Amino acid sequence: MTEPVLSVKNLVVEFPFRDDVFRAVDDVSFEIMPGEVVGVVGESGAGKSMTGAAVIGLIERPGHIAGGEIRLKGERIDNLPEDARAKLRGKRIGMVFQDPLTSLNPLYTVGRQLVETIRAHLPLSEAEARRKAIDLLVEAGIPKAAERIDSYPHQFSGGMRQRVVIALAIAAEPELIIADEPTSALDVSVQAQIIKVLKKLCASHGAAIMLITHDMGVIAQTADRMIVMHHGKIVETGTVGDIIRRPREPYTIKLIDSIPTISRTGETIAPEAANDDRAFVEIRDLVRDFELGRSAFTRLLPGKVEIFRAVNEVSFSIAKGKTFGLVGESGSGKSTCAKMIVGLLRPTSGSIHVDGHDVWAGAHGLRERRRRVQMIFQDPYASLNPRWRVADIVAEPMKTLGIARNRTEVQDRVADLLTKVRLEPGAMKKFPHEFSGGQRQRIAIARALSSQPEFIVCDEPTSALDVSVQAQVLDLMSALQEEFGLTYLLISHNLAVVRQMSSAVGVLHNGVLVESGPVDAIFDNPQADYTKMLLDAVPDISKVA
Amino acid sequence: MTDLPHSPEQPVPARTSRLATFWRSDLVWSYRHSPVTIVASIVALALILMAVLAPWIAPYNPFNPATLNLMDGMTPPNSASYSDRYFLLGTDNQGRDVLSTIMYGSRVSLFVGIMATLFAMVMGVGLGLVAGYAGGLADAVIMRVADVQLSFPAILIALLIFGVARGIIPPNHQEGAAVWVLILAIGLANWAQFARTVRGATMVERQKDYVAAARILGVNPILILLRHVLPNVLGPVLVIGTIGLALAIIEEATLSYLGVGVPPTQPSLGTLIRIGQQFLFSGEWWILLFPAVTLVLLALSVNLLGDWLRDALNPKLR
Repeated sequence: MTEPVLSVKNLVVEFPFRDDVFRAVDDVSFEIMPGEVVGVVGESGAGKSMTGAAVIGLIERPGHIAGGEIRLKGERIDNLPEDARAKLRGKRIGMVFQDPLTSLNPLYTVGRQLVETIRAHLPLSEAEARRKAIDLLVEAGIPKAAERIDSYPHQFSGGMRQRVVIALAIAAEPELIIADEPTSALDVSVQAQIIKVLKKLCASHGAAIMLITHDMGVIAQTADRMIVMHHGKIVETGTVGDIIRRPREPYTIKLIDSIPTISRTGETIAPEAANDDRAFVEIRDLVRDFELGRSAFTRLLPGKVEIFRAVNEVSFSIAKGKTFGLVGESGSGKSTCAKMIVGLLRPTSGSIHVDGHDVWAGAHGLRERRRRVQMIFQDPYASLNPRWRVADIVAEPMKTLGIARNRTEVQDRVADLLTKVRLEPGAMKKFPHEFSGGQRQRIAIARALSSQPEFIVCDEPTSALDVSVQAQVLDLMSALQEEFGLTYLLISHNLAVVRQMSSAVGVLHNGVLVESGPVDAIFDNPQADYTKMLLDAVPDISKVA
Repeated sequence: MTDLPHSPEQPVPARTSRLATFWRSDLVWSYRHSPVTIVASIVALALILMAVLAPWIAPYNPFNPATLNLMDGMTPPNSASYSDRYFLLGTDNQGRDVLSTIMYGSRVSLFVGIMATLFAMVMGVGLGLVAGYAGGLADAVIMRVADVQLSFPAILIALLIFGVARGIIPPNHQEGAAVWVLILAIGLANWAQFARTVRGATMVERQKDYVAAARILGVNPILILLRHVLPNVLGPVLVIGTIGLALAIIEEATLSYLGVGVPPTQPSLGTLIRIGQQFLFSGEWWILLFPAVTLVLLALSVNLLGDWLRDALNPKLR
């Protein structure tokens, strides 16, 4: 039997606090064989990143390894002095982090960083190291590597930068690569390429991978075995196929059940397109231009203005009580669309009608818009004022619009709304920081409902949440839609969420709506090339071999 | 955030009394673990109490000519005077008790310092909020004015304002108005710091979605600024305010020392130092030394409190 590359036994990582000790990793044991790809999956706070940090020896103080042992090729490394551990990093254990922007030094060219890393670990001359660096970049799929090697990190796109980081990690021929959420900051189409590159490079160099991610889909497509973590403990280990098809532990079953899947599994919402005569929300030829690089003073001067068109003649309509999913990658203009619809940004041209009222037409349109349109934001940490109590946050819309003025009436309504979003009415007296991410998003939903809107724009409502919490929030949104007859515009980069929630969908690419129609037609039979590519790129647990 | 599907998330249950929560808060914890801060706060509190209570606890009233005896002049500290009265810190040339003049002087210094800082704070925070929130031309104009302001030494600006005020106010009102002119001068010299900090913080806050949520509703921009943004930018303002208070006290002393501050009939610590320095070379050191030490203690303790507040409110430094 071969010796494992990495063997972790009874690892415990603790964070001492003023009057408490927090156990981030609790009695974790696993092994990684040479050339194997092991996925570590779990929700935020599960201790998966901390396990990775413990293996590399980069736990931030005051955290420390409180027990257990870590062996690299049978040699114990967790008790080595700091300088000996530093020598392991890069040489024997490579690292790929989530954010490719911060893991490269912006002041040095990519080539210099690669050559330095190579020469620090391998006995090569400057010229040899440079040749090897170019080879690595070519392998990582960077076109014209020989020219681009002298570029700075900011001259690369996010996906290209992550390729450079992977090349950097593999440069010294390490035995193990720890990749912590390597694709979470990237768009789906780029993500698929990066996963391929990571897998190919490690296979050709014989490195094992410890792939840490919250995305079960990524693991399903990449890993051989997977480890499911929860509250610092290992819940289940096994081959990827086994765990996804036949999960044993209740936690794993719940986790897998809560992942929305891109392929339609359950019953389809019956298409009722025939029975609505009129669109409730109608968006026609919406355009938004931005002027580039002009400050307040230079704007007064005459001169040529460079214009960037973020949204280009987008038209779609939503029937009452239905959900329209707007899909697109970062920079596609979907958030700009949302801002124009809710009244944060004036359209350059085009019109938005809600229930027959033009929301950008004078004071009347403004009043109608405020009464009918509300928004749910992506980040529940930024969308609630941290200095306000929940009662005041939820009451603000109804007070501002004069729906309820009397104090007891406001209080009753707030309590009612909180119950509707399945929170205790006692939550009123607390501040947002006393709640978890999922609970905060429910408070945000309660606030959106407070003004009794008919149309709610949801801008990535669940992308900051863990999958199991995401499932709860989506359930809640569907239930509320049914109860109040709400119309949703659901903006998301997550195709599976859109498929689950929407009856119709539009695909945005570089500000242009490339395709729109009923959700099943688009997902099962996409016409535009971009949509096809997007659908192919999504990592999905149903695609597991 | 590690909750499972279908297990209802429960809000954090532990609720204790407000006082207990406060006592265990990070701010109090960092206070209790910083001996320098504890000493500084005790010194500052003692000096402030001494100033506020001066009319009741001062051994003499140095501004009542009836109690003054010119023959008591220049009595050294801790020794019997001509009229056989006891002066702990000695007397000045007119026979005024140095301890009492310091107590009354601190009163004037603190009053001017606090009022000037409040004035600078209100003006700076207001302009900073407008500049940061409105952006565009308003921002450009306000911040360029602040830049110009910051490139002048604060004392020079105060002197300028003081000179202009002298010219405008009729001579018979000048004595009474002196304190207010001083407050205006020091306040105007210090607002830019507040404006810069608040503008930066406001620009961060206005990007946040809770401000967008209020804008979607059509909440009045002034209400958004006051109710949403202001509470979230006050932390750094408190820090600059404390450090600015020490600065304002020193600036007041400097102006008074230069003879353009408060009149000698209601002397501040700066005026006392100015009087005292005339006698330094003739051996009557106590007239200068004690007001100067008081000024240093006051400025130092307030400054140390400001430093602590800055570190305690900035989690990155912990």
